[in-house]
Amino acid sequence: MTQTVANANAPVLRVEGLTTSFRIDGRWTPVVRDLSFEVRAGETMAIVGESGSGKSVTSLSIMRLLAARSSRIEGSVQLAGRELTTLSDKEMVSVRGRDIGMIFQEPMTSLNPIFTVGRQISESLVRHRNLSQREARAETLRLLDRVRIPDAQSRIDAYPHQFSGGMRQRVMIAMALASKPKLLIADEPTTALDVTIQGQILDLIKDLQAEETMGVLFITHDMGVVAEIADRTLVMRRGVAVEQGETAEIFHHARHPYTRALLAALPRLGEMRGTSGPRPLPIIDPDTGVAMPSGSVSETVDKSQSPILAVRDLVTRFPVFGGIFGQQVGTVHAVEGVSFELAQGETLALVGESGCGKSTTGRSVARLIQPTSGFVGLDGYDVLRLKPLDLRRLRRSVQMIFQDPFSSLNPRMTVGASVAEPITTHKLAGSREARDKAADLLERVGLHASMMNRYPHEFSGGQRQRIAIARALALDPKVIIADESVSALDVSIKAQVCNLLMELQESLKIAFLFISHDMAIVERISHRVAVMYLGEIVEIGPRDAVFSNPQHPYTQRLLAAVPVADPARRGIRRDGGERELTSPIRPLDYVPPKRTYRTVGDRHFVQNEG
Amino acid sequence: MTDTVMPAAASPMHRAIAKLIANRGALVGLTIIVIIGAVALLAPYLPIQNPNATSWSAIRKAPSLAHLLGTDELGHDLLARMIWGARASLAAGLVSVTLAITVGMPLGIVAGYLGGWIDLVISRVSEAFMAMPFLIMAIALSAFLGPSLTNSMIAIALSALPIFVRLTRAQAQAIKTEDYIEGARSIGLGPVAIMTRYIFPNVLPPILVQATLTVATAIIAEASLSFLGLGQQPPWPSWGSMLNVAKNFLDQAPWMAIWPGTAIFLVVVAFNLVGDGLRDALDPRSN
Repeated sequence: MTQTVANANAPVLRVEGLTTSFRIDGRWTPVVRDLSFEVRAGETMAIVGESGSGKSVTSLSIMRLLAARSSRIEGSVQLAGRELTTLSDKEMVSVRGRDIGMIFQEPMTSLNPIFTVGRQISESLVRHRNLSQREARAETLRLLDRVRIPDAQSRIDAYPHQFSGGMRQRVMIAMALASKPKLLIADEPTTALDVTIQGQILDLIKDLQAEETMGVLFITHDMGVVAEIADRTLVMRRGVAVEQGETAEIFHHARHPYTRALLAALPRLGEMRGTSGPRPLPIIDPDTGVAMPSGSVSETVDKSQSPILAVRDLVTRFPVFGGIFGQQVGTVHAVEGVSFELAQGETLALVGESGCGKSTTGRSVARLIQPTSGFVGLDGYDVLRLKPLDLRRLRRSVQMIFQDPFSSLNPRMTVGASVAEPITTHKLAGSREARDKAADLLERVGLHASMMNRYPHEFSGGQRQRIAIARALALDPKVIIADESVSALDVSIKAQVCNLLMELQESLKIAFLFISHDMAIVERISHRVAVMYLGEIVEIGPRDAVFSNPQHPYTQRLLAAVPVADPARRGIRRDGGERELTSPIRPLDYVPPKRTYRTVGDRHFVQNEG
Repeated sequence: MTDTVMPAAASPMHRAIAKLIANRGALVGLTIIVIIGAVALLAPYLPIQNPNATSWSAIRKAPSLAHLLGTDELGHDLLARMIWGARASLAAGLVSVTLAITVGMPLGIVAGYLGGWIDLVISRVSEAFMAMPFLIMAIALSAFLGPSLTNSMIAIALSALPIFVRLTRAQAQAIKTEDYIEGARSIGLGPVAIMTRYIFPNVLPPILVQATLTVATAIIAEASLSFLGLGQQPPWPSWGSMLNVAKNFLDQAPWMAIWPGTAIFLVVVAFNLVGDGLRDALDPRSN
């Protein structure tokens, strides 16, 4: 390729009438239909859609990375005027990596673990830009600096496992930029990252684009990310582009009902300011655009009674083994001195980033893992001192809903049997009665009783999560621990499941310990919020107080990092910096400092620093 | 939400069976096994000669109308002996593998799910067993137990046992980390219920695949043991013992070796085909 982009506004990528079909059971089935769009130099184009919308297939079609036997691409894909669909496989290989750079979702698996990051980047420089080894190394250093890897000079000879997820994604970006591509395809590049890290990576992509003339094709399911980064947006549903245009236009004057449904289902941080208590998310029918009544929930918290769950000074530690003889070399202080209370009918959200100990706290409370010390009082039980038989009775008071709807049900048990199982296990009813109750429960969570004899693989992710909820309800628990229970769901399904949880709380007065990293959802669903950092609660208080008046620096950082679904605020940088979570692994002789808390408002407490 | 169009109650097992039958190789293998199995089962009722009747007038006769597969050095009818021999060979394969699974799977599940010192003991013992080659081990054990078909089946089962313990243990360890196991604990199920209702049905598919492949190995092992005189005892035939005798007459009566050799080959291939088919049918990625 010798021609250069003469005009900054010339399209780098022009896709016309792209139709991609897969061969399924011997028949060609189109998964992307008649898609046309352009990415101009210096512009970010976002393709947004829910799972199964064909957005990733689109990017793979452009790169021609689909298996040739079982897929067929029709239409035209032009990169800077050059048709890609008719190139030979060999020519295509030189386009990939040189003219088109690509970054993927999973930074953990997309780097080769046995080579240093410096070597992996310089390899592509030597190959695509014909640099000498020495020049390549100098250029690699410059690239690592550009993607803001602190102390690049000493990190260049490190191996991928020595980097954190966010830093690995930076390395991936450096690699993609190495050959100065005309087009950068970013396929969900921040989905696997924590929110503060996601904010940093988004800032980085924005910065880099300001310096370069490359076009960016950004694929995501997250409307918040779209608002932050995209100049123009294309909304896909079931393989078809339903709407495309300027991002601000899409956000403020969406024409297609589906786009409106997506936007309506998207909780926006800050829109609950000044209110207390949860409020259901508005839901719009994606086909007709008609809003379904969502209403509000009445007050569910019963403050007159003593709390249903009380946790005091909970500590959970795990030994770390290492060395030649496998001796204990350190301790993970997963949960350290955590205390909180939960009233009947109340939702306490436990928020924080991966590794902060929020899931371990939930499992410790249900005693699915054995805490090191502390006190957990739940519905009259002294949980940590229960004998095995009493522990079984405790299960009737506390239930869990997990994150991954694809692994939370036994694949070899019918849905009806799964939901009825808790009832028969605790001998609360005979098998016929249990089945009747299971049928009721399925209806209650919005499924049909006729689905009882089906197996989990026949259901979608959202339906499976409803089944998991039905199962958790089977024992009429007082407390449900929901561990990232809506995180894996598509945005519209997420809204429905959240609303279901609120509805169940209203009718059954269940208390939820809602563990999540998603601040926008937390704002909608919870009465109170506890922010965890490195195993400790750094701030806890009523939801509105924590969100509108965050006191601890970490809470402030967490809130600032959440993508704001408002295109007008695009271009605003966070003060960010390249901070990383430090590790909760401590040496054997580590003694955790005694923490003190100060009161900043009504039931709003903040950990004192230092 | 979209309603799925799948018919109700398509259990994972039903789907696997449908896929298995759609696989041509597996279907051929299955047919061979069913035919040979049926013939072996019906041996007493088939219009064949007494397999142990000797005839001095028909020694090492080539195949003819009177003796469709010929006769051996004592004048036994080879067709009758092949059919009765199939009983010994198939029984040795199926019984020994069934035995190995019934003992090996529970051990593997317990080791994998409970871990700790139980795992340590079970794993170390099965590793010690595995250090010895399968056939050598079977020969040593059956020499120790005394030559008979029953003892050789026990010997083969014991030799095949460690494979199943190891495989089940590894599978159980993988399944243990799934959310639904934690879900089972959180509704108050005890370890026994979790192991039988959750772990067992989920480790079964790969074990079934391994089982069909091990049946083939066990049939060869029985043939080898009989060849060495450690398996089926005269006058009753097995394919292996027939080969043992035939080796002395390869020049004069090659058919004596051809029939049992072909039969062993066919059955082993058939079980391997079914095993491969099962592996594909049970692989969730090929859905």
